Amino acid sequence: MHAVINFVISIWVPLVCMLLIVAVLPLVAGYIVLMERKVMADMQARLGPMRVGPHGLLQPIADAVKLLLKEDIIPEEADKAIFWFAPLISVTAGMLAISPLAVGPWFQIADLNVGLLFIVGISALGIFGIVLGGWSSNSHYSLLGALRSAAQLVSYETAAGMALVGGLMLAGTLSTREIIAAQSDYGVWFVFAAPVGFFIYIVASIAETNRAPFDLPEAESELVAGYMTEYSGFRWALYFLAEYTNMVVVASIATTLFLGGWLRPFAGTPAFNFLDYLPTVLLLVVGAYCFYRVPKQPVQIQKAVLAAVGLGIIVVAGILAAPLFAPAGSMLASAKPGLHGAFWFILKVGLYIYLFMWLRFTFPRYRFDQLMRLGWQFLIPLSIVNVMGIGLALVLHRQFGWSHWTAFPLTILLTLAVAGWLGWAGEKQERKQAVAGEA
Amino acid sequence: MLDQAVFYFFAALAVISAVLVVTRRNVVQSAIFLITALLATAGIFLQLHAEFLFIVQVILYAGGIMVLFVFVIMLINLDVSLHQVQFNRQWWLGLLLALVLGAQLTIAVAVGRSGLPLGEPAPASMLEPSTQLVGKVLFSEYMLPFEIASILLLVAMIGAVVMGKKKI
Repeated sequence: MHAVINFVISIWVPLVCMLLIVAVLPLVAGYIVLMERKVMADMQARLGPMRVGPHGLLQPIADAVKLLLKEDIIPEEADKAIFWFAPLISVTAGMLAISPLAVGPWFQIADLNVGLLFIVGISALGIFGIVLGGWSSNSHYSLLGALRSAAQLVSYETAAGMALVGGLMLAGTLSTREIIAAQSDYGVWFVFAAPVGFFIYIVASIAETNRAPFDLPEAESELVAGYMTEYSGFRWALYFLAEYTNMVVVASIATTLFLGGWLRPFAGTPAFNFLDYLPTVLLLVVGAYCFYRVPKQPVQIQKAVLAAVGLGIIVVAGILAAPLFAPAGSMLASAKPGLHGAFWFILKVGLYIYLFMWLRFTFPRYRFDQLMRLGWQFLIPLSIVNVMGIGLALVLHRQFGWSHWTAFPLTILLTLAVAGWLGWAGEKQERKQAVAGEA
Repeated sequence: MLDQAVFYFFAALAVISAVLVVTRRNVVQSAIFLITALLATAGIFLQLHAEFLFIVQVILYAGGIMVLFVFVIMLINLDVSLHQVQFNRQWWLGLLLALVLGAQLTIAVAVGRSGLPLGEPAPASMLEPSTQLVGKVLFSEYMLPFEIASILLLVAMIGAVVMGKKKI
């Protein structure tokens, strides 16, 4: 029996995951858009999409159909071939980058020796789609958007890369699977060992995915829609898909390296084993809420759809609960790490994306010179200091026998002191320039 | 069999796009074919189980240097270069030299094949992960050249900053 399971896991799971990425990712991206609109509406005290389906749950499908049916306009003066395939580069790079991700111990397409570098490197190729699309449109708005995008990406990739180096030094490996295993060995997630690195990665990853407050490549008040001004219909949708795929990718990198991947909170502590029931309870509450809302829907069909959604969620809750109540040692009980790992991974990715949305609706857009100053004068020096700090902590621990509990807090405090000094110096310089500008 | 097919696919892709880089009139198209050539080379690295070289090729050349190339090309007025003479008058000499070099290499491989001691390729499962190997060799055997190269890069970087800034 176990041989059969091993065969299925080794051959079929990667294939199924591959199909899932191509088939389901557009749907996931659509629902992230819906979630974003709902979160935005909530923060602005509105309701958001409510018409298509119960609480707007079918809105992404309606949007996708609309985009597919729209005319695909190619400007007369555009470089047609490049205009035609530029969006494909972005989408392909985004989807390819997902392949080494380990969503739970079961769901992974390829465990590469250079996993994390592969994700970072391949997703960085997506910039060509933006740059070439902006250039080939033969429009000034598009070109300016593409230029801004290239400059921004090149600047922030350094900071993001150095932030990742800090985490990788702790893990000692590049393979996504082994990084999570290393966090399990340490007993803490790397966000607690390298909080400054995590902060740098959050900021840099927002800039890399071109999202507010760093969405200068598509600043609608200045550049219409930036690099995708001339795009319409399906090609425009492909750019959108690439953007949201990239969000998933950076969220997954942060989850894998800093937030413990598929590990449950307090995975090594038996006292917290009751947290195993959290996925089931959480989903049951959501499913029950769906049923609570059913009678309040205005139309019969919406009642049916909402009831079906609630039922689906409760079924998933049942699947997650089954391994917990199965007798120990049975086949069902051995499915627990795979299923629960996937739940925790997706939950963490979702929370990270929620953080992105939260930041988007709270901060005003940066000016371009502010963006560049933040990247080059604050984040890059700080990320280098962070790497040195983690190196120092590792040396203190390994060579001088200090315990983790003294070495890491000490170096974190040092790094924070440097961060404070950098911020203070930058503020002073900015004030001086402002005074010089007025005179 | 599959290995060979993959190799010839990437090799042909690299050669064809390299030829297109120099023959295309449009600079942006040249740049795109240069990216293709670099990625095809990366594919050959991957086929040889040199994962680290593969990803470094992708990150540094395709993702880093070529982005800067394209960035600069977009600021150039393309109409000027479209009407300029693309090759100077010695192009046939260059072609001749390239052909001679190619012929030499072909003959050297054809003649020396029997005398060349080619070991049996190790099975992929026996290979040590290349990332760790590269790291170990760089920081032990080739420590000094590695550090000298990094200092050279630092000097070049500082030089670029000094030349770019009016007032330091």
